[in-house]
Amino acid sequence: MAPSEAETTARAVARQHGNRPDALIEILHGVQAVLGWVPESAVPALADALNLSRAEVHGVVTFSHDFRRQPAGRHVLKMCRAEACQAMGCEALVERAESRLGVSCGGTSADGRVTLESVYCLGLCASGPSGMMDGRVVGRLTAPRLDALLREAGA
Amino acid sequence: MTIPFLSRSRTPAEDQPRRTVRLFISKDAAAVAVGAETVAAAIVRSAAATALPVEVVRTGSRGMLWLEPLVEVEIDGVRYGFGPIEPEALAGLLDAGILQADLKRLLAHPASLGPVDKIEYLAAQTRLTFARCGITDPLSLDNYRALGGCKGLEKALSLTPAGIVDEVAKSGLRGRGGAGFPTGIKWKSAHDVAGEQKYIVCNADEGDSGTFADRMLMEGDPFLLIEGMTIAGLAVGASKGFIYVRSEYPHAILALKAAVAVARKAGLLGANVAASGRAFDLEVRVGAGAYVCGEETALLESLEGKRGIVRAKPPLPAHKGLFGKPTVINNVLSFAAAPFILGEGAKAYADYGLGRSRGTMPIQLAGNIKRGGLFETAFGMTLGELVDDIGGDTASGRPVKAVQVGGPLGAYFPRALFDTPFDYEAFAARDGLIGHGGVVVFDDAADMARQAKFAFEFCAIESCGKCTPCRIGATRGAETIEKIMAGENDEANLALVADLCNTMKFGSLCALGGFTPYPVVSALTHFPDDFRRPAPRLQAAE
Repeated sequence: MAPSEAETTARAVARQHGNRPDALIEILHGVQAVLGWVPESAVPALADALNLSRAEVHGVVTFSHDFRRQPAGRHVLKMCRAEACQAMGCEALVERAESRLGVSCGGTSADGRVTLESVYCLGLCASGPSGMMDGRVVGRLTAPRLDALLREAGA
Repeated sequence: MTIPFLSRSRTPAEDQPRRTVRLFISKDAAAVAVGAETVAAAIVRSAAATALPVEVVRTGSRGMLWLEPLVEVEIDGVRYGFGPIEPEALAGLLDAGILQADLKRLLAHPASLGPVDKIEYLAAQTRLTFARCGITDPLSLDNYRALGGCKGLEKALSLTPAGIVDEVAKSGLRGRGGAGFPTGIKWKSAHDVAGEQKYIVCNADEGDSGTFADRMLMEGDPFLLIEGMTIAGLAVGASKGFIYVRSEYPHAILALKAAVAVARKAGLLGANVAASGRAFDLEVRVGAGAYVCGEETALLESLEGKRGIVRAKPPLPAHKGLFGKPTVINNVLSFAAAPFILGEGAKAYADYGLGRSRGTMPIQLAGNIKRGGLFETAFGMTLGELVDDIGGDTASGRPVKAVQVGGPLGAYFPRALFDTPFDYEAFAARDGLIGHGGVVVFDDAADMARQAKFAFEFCAIESCGKCTPCRIGATRGAETIEKIMAGENDEANLALVADLCNTMKFGSLCALGGFTPYPVVSALTHFPDDFRRPAPRLQAAE
């Protein structure tokens, strides 16, 4: 049976890192950068390439908040919900985003356009409430600014 | 007191006569988040359209984050500031003649701040670690050297390893990550232990809400961190270092990787550091969103490619750290203090501060505060001075209710404790901690029972799961606070929370479980009214 795209990608990224087991997190970031998530079938391929057990690779994937085990929507909006943003009213904005997208944090809108995620601190604690849309940081969020972001993402 | 290179705003490149107008705009994430990229691009476009000779230099942030995007223009060697200039406000600034550097008209602009160095918020600081941040081009080694960089490294290269360790010990520097452990002792332990391979690890997993000093430094003056880690390498005999930076900081990751490449090319890193015949090189590693990896032993596990599970101590990392080898692991700001200590001498550093808290602390004013940003000052200012005088009270204009100092594991202080001086021992004496120097202000809309519940919930989300008090305690704690909030059997449940906090504090392996009681207990102690809810009314069966 031909290897899946996930397996091929996993092996290629591992090779770029010299198949070093200590670089596992970097490698997983690399796999996610290519595929958008870390499919289950990447796990045995990585275990084999890095000479680790499947349990060890699985453990790291599931321990880290960064690694997705299912594909995300076309856009990813992360909203900071840590104390400094709480003090600036982030929770009301999170509720607003949830109701506009029809999902709770961690979910993807039914049309597959936007995944909404919580993040605990982007280090923009004097510019809150803050968030990150597809890797682009946004601060001083207000309801109109949030709506504009969601419109840009087509939601 | 003035620092020799703080008042300098000219670099050698500027000494040649030129008519080009130089503008400075920060590319710090906090500036980018409020539109700095758009502003910079629009300025470049306008300059091109009018064929005016304008150079836009992208710097780190000055740390006056309420003024971002801050646009600075250099006129006769003085940098004048305008801010905040969000994209919508740029047209007015262009009309006022920013591209022509027309000082008279510019000073009449409503967002004019005058000479940036003279702004009270900056002038009141003692910037030892952040001396260059916001001034220098972060990736220009020439700028770095012209503004006093590499002086500490040169001094270190003239000393014996023991001499370097001694200097750091004499400075009184304590770990800026939060624990406050004397840095000199850590370095000495790693120096004294035999080992062919030793490592230097920088903990740049700055996960505490309310803190951003590490991020600002890595983005605004990354060579300082590289220099500090190199000095540590020379001190303990380590040839290899790692910077473990959190994935939530994409701008810092890019800045660090670029700076390491520049330093390597210039011979400051590699097999022959500054032609000394000694080797030291650095690798930048990215975390994966686990708060607990800010705990030093969990971070080491993660660097080895494993789950970030906390290790029991001893053995200390200085003896058995990364890959089982002797390792110095310090926070960004601890390493970044080393170049000043070496360059200017331990005494120059230790002259600042009070008691056992020596030197300066980059304090971060955050949350609901009018003038949020980075404020580096000698230890000893009171919390009230920081929040009211420097920070200018809340952004919302409502009264301050509580201030959380030291991140999500720090205590909530009411106004009644505003006379507490910023000092490790003074905060500890009042059942708080200064941690990494984050100060998060809440106004009277805050519900402290909800904050206490969040502290438990955060611990539950982020617990590595190794020890029971943290793994189980956090979840049970959140449930119990929820019952109190619902008015269920509150006296008994409050007693239960107090008991649980005691178990977590003394029974957890690391600070995550061990310090979660700080926000909870302080909320209970100082804001008891928030926990008294009406008992649930019995619903009649339908």
